Amino acid sequence: MSNHCSGVRPENPYLPHPARIIRTLPQIPDHQLFQIRFEKEQMAESFTYRPGQFVMLSVIGTGEAPFSISSSPTRPGNIELCVRRIGHVTDALFRLRPNALVGVRGPYGNGFPIEKLEGNNLLLVAGGLGMAPLRSLLWYALDNRSKFNNVTLMYGAKNPDDMLFKYELLNLIDRADVKCLLTVDTDESGIWKAHVGVVTTLFGHAEIDPSNTYAAICGPEIMFKFVLNELLKRNFPKDRILMSLERNMQCGVGKCGHCMVGYKYTCLDGPIFTYWDAINLPEMI
Amino acid sequence: MRIVILPKENLAEFIGHLRSFGELHAPTKRGEKSLVFAPVSDLSEIELNYTRTILPLKKYFFKATDVMFNFCAEKGYELPVEEADKKYVIFGVHPCEIHGLKILDLVFGGKYVDTYYFARRSKVAIIGLDCIPDDLCFCRSTGTDFVDTGFDLFLSDIGDSYLVRVGTSLGDDMVRAADSLFRQVKKEDREAYKRNSVQRRDSFQAEIQLQDLPGIMDLEYESHVWEEVGEKCLSCGICSMVCPTCYCYSVFDELSLDGNTGQRKRIWDSCLFKDYALVAGGHNFRAQRSSRVKNRYFHKQRGFVSQYGRPSCVGCGRCKAYCPAGIDIVEVISKLRSEIRV
Ligand SMILES: Cc1cc2nc3c(=O)[nH]c(=O)nc-3n(C[C@H](O)[C@H](O)[C@H](O)COP(=O)(O)OP(=O)(O)OC[C@H]3O[C@@H](n4cnc5c(N)ncnc54)[C@H](O)[C@@H]3O)c2cc1C
Ligand code: SF4
Ligand code: SF4
Ligand code: FES
Repeated sequence: MSNHCSGVRPENPYLPHPARIIRTLPQIPDHQLFQIRFEKEQMAESFTYRPGQFVMLSVIGTGEAPFSISSSPTRPGNIELCVRRIGHVTDALFRLRPNALVGVRGPYGNGFPIEKLEGNNLLLVAGGLGMAPLRSLLWYALDNRSKFNNVTLMYGAKNPDDMLFKYELLNLIDRADVKCLLTVDTDESGIWKAHVGVVTTLFGHAEIDPSNTYAAICGPEIMFKFVLNELLKRNFPKDRILMSLERNMQCGVGKCGHCMVGYKYTCLDGPIFTYWDAINLPEMI
Repeated sequence: MRIVILPKENLAEFIGHLRSFGELHAPTKRGEKSLVFAPVSDLSEIELNYTRTILPLKKYFFKATDVMFNFCAEKGYELPVEEADKKYVIFGVHPCEIHGLKILDLVFGGKYVDTYYFARRSKVAIIGLDCIPDDLCFCRSTGTDFVDTGFDLFLSDIGDSYLVRVGTSLGDDMVRAADSLFRQVKKEDREAYKRNSVQRRDSFQAEIQLQDLPGIMDLEYESHVWEEVGEKCLSCGICSMVCPTCYCYSVFDELSLDGNTGQRKRIWDSCLFKDYALVAGGHNFRAQRSSRVKNRYFHKQRGFVSQYGRPSCVGCGRCKAYCPAGIDIVEVISKLRSEIRV
């Protein structure tokens, strides 16, 4: 149809931009932090995003998959992805060495509603790999400390060897401007100094004012349900509870249909949804 | 809108003229009963009185499999060499098909523009043709039995001539290039067009009630109708392949034998396929057939309305015509509305 002829050729939104793996930092078994930098220096420096957004990462010859950006936009230059090895693309990614070429496009998704969060208390509750997107928000808040009220992190892992960003987070325990509560389900070594017990037990160690707090929960479904319970018990407003959803994503830009929940695209309308959204969308949780 | 008359005896010659605007494609016979859009060289190969082709026009713009990029280990992903700037004229396109394309325009446009789709869209001229519905067509219910945009020319049969609406400047060029074949609209033509319009309206047999359907869909989310339909559905995905507005796809990298280069491709997918909503780690968000069938209807009649302001079904009847399990969209919706006792 001729009325779609237009002079300007729009950019191809699916084209992965060349980027290099700068460093790979093993975390826990089958989890690595990848520091990645765009080849084009101008792009590396200007690339910015919101905490909670994701990129589509291509391993050349294998395929593409979505990953939350785990670094904070307050520290531009490299982006960091915390990846769990689980299949086709991630297997291939784990075989790559520093300086390997990959493809990256994005950032995609809504990210956390930073403007709304500012001026409030933040309660971040993470389980397992859920720390990946929350780490971005955590450092964003700590690097813009004056814009937020109290910042509390609750993070649970199975055991001390299963905790992502362990040393980075342990270092936060002594900081006065953030309440960092770390817990493990069990500690056989006996040297773990922080809490022991499931993540919900941490609620006994923090005071939470539901009237001026936003909660962001990321983690396994079962943890989500228990944490939600704790928040609802405290009359937490449903639209102040934020969560990040994972769905099958083939495009990241609202075309392929795969990430549909109810009548929203996780890739465009999400991946961050409120609990209120969840109640109103079939299939969400 | 400019409207002219093309006497039927001039159609063959006009079709000849159209070929100078691009490679001519039209509905043509493939086998005894099947029709497809394919290249044709003259009027004799064109089925003028057809109802539906197997595949809708989307196959021209959003290919069943499509090369997105070439890649190599050293350079990463690069756009494939552009197709030569060849033009096409597709003749004989029904109103529901044109609406189907307008829906795909919405999906592939927006904030992120699907450049593959729109590059092809800009190379294709659309010559519409109206039609008489059969027992499966319900485009009147979906409001897609008439189009006022989305075509370069649109031909309506008014007996011994076609009334031709000129939709674009390219369409106007086509008419002017064959000026002597056309004549002015006369009073009898207008009367004939209006008579045919009534006749066409009266020939619809299938109907669905779309008004307030999104609300009913929400209300009947847990309806046993979904289980019943799920029982019958074979998860073959044919309904998605033949649907003019189904656009789901998946992406894969295909490595060449040299192990160093290859292509990223996309391929039509269907939300009815079992692994459609599977995520890494093995969790399937729609493991049940009933939940996948429900998703298809929910997306078209509920989700699309809230995303794009209209349902994404154009009432072409293909999903029923080709479903091996005989699942009938009109019946499913009537059951949901409890207009049929089950
Ligand atoms: C918004 C978002 C953010 C994410 N953030 C992170 C993150 O920060 N860190 C992280 O580690 N992960 C993250 N994930 C999950 C990550 O995208 C998946 O783990 C990744 O897609 C796995 O890819 P794979 O090829 O290694 O796995 P595979 O299991 O090989 O899966 C490849 C793709 O094919 C599908 N698939 C799986 N099995 C089959 C099958 N049998 N047949 C057909 N298709 C199949 C999967 O759904 C997947 O999309 C995120 C996901 C989303 C949606
Ligand atoms: S064509 Fe029929 S049987 Fe096949 S997936 Fe669609 S509804 Fe199910
Ligand atoms: S859902 Fe069925 S009737 Fe509606 S447009 Fe698609 S194939 Fe045609
Ligand atoms: S990932 Fe393709 S539509 Fe969301």
